[in-house]
Amino acid sequence: MTSGIALSLPEIKIEDRPRVGGKGFALAVMARGGLRVPPALCITPEAYQEFVAVTGIRETILLELGRKSFEDMRWEEIWDTSLRIRNAFLQSPPPESLREKLIPPLEAMFSGKAVAVRSSAPGEDSAKTSFAGLHESYIHIRGTESILEHIRLVWASLWSDRALLYRKELGLDVQKSAMAVVVQEMISGERSGVAFGRNPLDPAQAVIEAVYGLNQAMVDGTVEPDRWILKRDTGEVISHHEAKREKTLAYAPGGVRLEPLAPELRGKAPLERADIGEVFGLTGKAETIFGSPQDMEWTYRGNLLFTLQSRPITTGSSGADDLRPWYLSLHRSFENLQGLRRKIEEELIPCMVKEAGEMAQFPLAPLSDLELAGEIERRLKIGGKWDEQYKEYCIPFAHGMRLFGQVYNDRVKPENPFEFMDLLGGVDMISVQRNRMMEGLVGRIRRNPRLAESLRRGRKEGLDPGFLQALESFLTQFGDQSWSKARFDRNPKALFTLLLNMALQNPPRRGSARRSQMALEKIFFSHFEKDRREFAAELLDLGRASYRLRDDDNIYMGKIQAQIIAAAEEGKKRLRSRGRILPFRVEGMDVARALLDPRYRFKKGSSPGMEADKEKAGVRGRQIVGQPASSGIAAGKARVILRPEDLFAFKPGEILVCDAIEPNMTFVVPLAAGIVERRGGMLIHGAIIAREYGIPCVTGIPDATSLIPSGTRVTVDGFLGIVIIGETALPGK
Amino acid sequence: MKEKQQIKEILNELFTSQKLAVLGTHQGGQPYGSLVAFAATLDLRNLIFATTRATRKFANLQADPRVSMVLDNRSNRVADFRRAVAATALGRAREVRGKERMRLAKMFLAKHPHLKEFIASPTCALVKMRVEVYYAVWRFQNVFEWRVK
Repeated sequence: MTSGIALSLPEIKIEDRPRVGGKGFALAVMARGGLRVPPALCITPEAYQEFVAVTGIRETILLELGRKSFEDMRWEEIWDTSLRIRNAFLQSPPPESLREKLIPPLEAMFSGKAVAVRSSAPGEDSAKTSFAGLHESYIHIRGTESILEHIRLVWASLWSDRALLYRKELGLDVQKSAMAVVVQEMISGERSGVAFGRNPLDPAQAVIEAVYGLNQAMVDGTVEPDRWILKRDTGEVISHHEAKREKTLAYAPGGVRLEPLAPELRGKAPLERADIGEVFGLTGKAETIFGSPQDMEWTYRGNLLFTLQSRPITTGSSGADDLRPWYLSLHRSFENLQGLRRKIEEELIPCMVKEAGEMAQFPLAPLSDLELAGEIERRLKIGGKWDEQYKEYCIPFAHGMRLFGQVYNDRVKPENPFEFMDLLGGVDMISVQRNRMMEGLVGRIRRNPRLAESLRRGRKEGLDPGFLQALESFLTQFGDQSWSKARFDRNPKALFTLLLNMALQNPPRRGSARRSQMALEKIFFSHFEKDRREFAAELLDLGRASYRLRDDDNIYMGKIQAQIIAAAEEGKKRLRSRGRILPFRVEGMDVARALLDPRYRFKKGSSPGMEADKEKAGVRGRQIVGQPASSGIAAGKARVILRPEDLFAFKPGEILVCDAIEPNMTFVVPLAAGIVERRGGMLIHGAIIAREYGIPCVTGIPDATSLIPSGTRVTVDGFLGIVIIGETALPGK
Repeated sequence: MKEKQQIKEILNELFTSQKLAVLGTHQGGQPYGSLVAFAATLDLRNLIFATTRATRKFANLQADPRVSMVLDNRSNRVADFRRAVAATALGRAREVRGKERMRLAKMFLAKHPHLKEFIASPTCALVKMRVEVYYAVWRFQNVFEWRVK
């Protein structure tokens, strides 16, 4: 075994394989086999071990991963956990002892040249499993300090959200796991791509893909490549798929940038016949060296062909019910996110508004039963279509906040890894506009005791015209808003009770958020060179759009949902008028069927909500740990939200306990003293709205609605993410 | 019910892996903690420990039988914050005699055979704590309560 913690490729011997990881070892083997490989240094896992031991990060990771069992964590919580760990790495400079070992070899090999810093975890590129992309790689890094910083970020990615999803397969263990890192000189090729020595779809073929510029844009799908299918035995081209060549990823000061492709290149494939032969030849050589067909990355600088990476081709596919590949796909590039934003803002939302409006205008009463059943089914189909669109575009776009957060943390290195959220907040979300309108109504009630009295008694007189007008315009805009069956325009009495309850407490203070936001914005921009500020501004804008749309698109979805419910309710009304008894929960499809067939039998109804087990055979939750989502401490009576009625009965000062806060129910948030949510995460609706109002909030409490009985005293510790249930006095004392 | 199952598992873990626990008594409102060798009955409802009658803890529990016991499996490493579990038991303690003493002494000695002479001493009292409530703690700060009926 070679000594030292930074090994150059010629120094790496066969027995160093476990130390340098799959990527590092493959580079060493290729260099030895005569392939042109950029100079590289492998930083061995001993460096990682020393770093996490001296800085105490190993303990931080233990604590972070120990908050909650993985089985109870949603992907969002895993992302949060991973961000906290990443921040711990960013916050801890490498100890002097480590610097002394790393700086001399780094300076000797790269002295000012741009490098790529890549993960090389053991087993990462093995033939059985492909974990490519679970860990981070950074390109175009220049300067020793910057390289050291990115080595830390690559180390942190041993605990990336993606890696944590695959923790079992990777055998992640805080005490034992470590990461090797490859630092490799960047080759700024003019033409780049990948090559598969064997087509995963057809073993008789090989595949080459190529783009102008750098190949990162191709790997994440931003730039479409030209593709050649070849005969694996002879290299003869079977087909050539030409791309629409419009863009190219090129180096820019401080990073890479997507640029329009020069017009003279647009009509010309990135590889000529001879190049195709040379790249194909590369796959043959690599297959001989490694003994199995390879998946390779390559680039041309001038006429010199460089091999950047090589790994065995994997064919492993996960089962259909494995959601992890979908979660992985949520990580998007800046360009991809910008595309999603345009799609959502310019296409999906106007279309949703239009479709909901059309449905609302469509009179249901004159329909025959047959027609109504058809209309219910049509609306269900529309809902299904929007669910699909939501999953395809809106959920991935929420990653915009995360991308912004990552860049913010990398640049600003704040102590609190979620500081970036303060910079995104305060945008004019529709739910906040709605709450403001409600606050306007409540203000009138506070000022006018006669009005309050009339509302309390459900009397018409005393309702002043100003109030009626404001109410009218509120209902026009938000009357159809729906959470489950909660609609403002369905039950005026419930709405009045809610407004009266709101009037009991002081107007909500919406903190000095704006001022501190301006200061944060300044700090953020100051961390970018002048010529990158425009990019920083675009990224901030994207982050804010992601933050706002994440809330807004649910409101629009709610409008569609309300119309589905309206049709189903019309059906139920008719069925009930004929004396049919409906189960507590009945789906629209069942209503449609029952309208068509008077003998239709409903499925056995489920019980009304999840009633809290007060004393599960003597066992009660006393203190439960979740995620601190909005700081502060509050105590009060729990109000567990199981049905729409619970929302409207909400009283000021109560603790809102629910499964998941949705934008369509956040109107009660200003009333709540604290919030407890089963669904976990820092970037979820409940957490966002709680921070907007400065209300303590803990998310990610497993079984929150069944462990906390409504009416019990609950203390919400939003600093530590702890919920304490019950009085502090001992039982029977 | 997964929480109840989890509490029972934690208690069983602690009762089998641990030999010592911290007994809490008080004297005129002043709390008093002592390390004792303990054993638990199979139904998890009783905790047994031995003490000489001259000790302060014995005097304390004679004056007020309300006691607590803390059991845990910490290893004094940081990993404890993730892995260690603990339980606090509240209940009433009294000295056992006669046949009950013989039966419980046998059970106690099965776990602590080296305390044979100690138990046999006429000055040694075998004490049974009847548990009313357990508070089980896992993952650093998750606390669940089990009222033993």
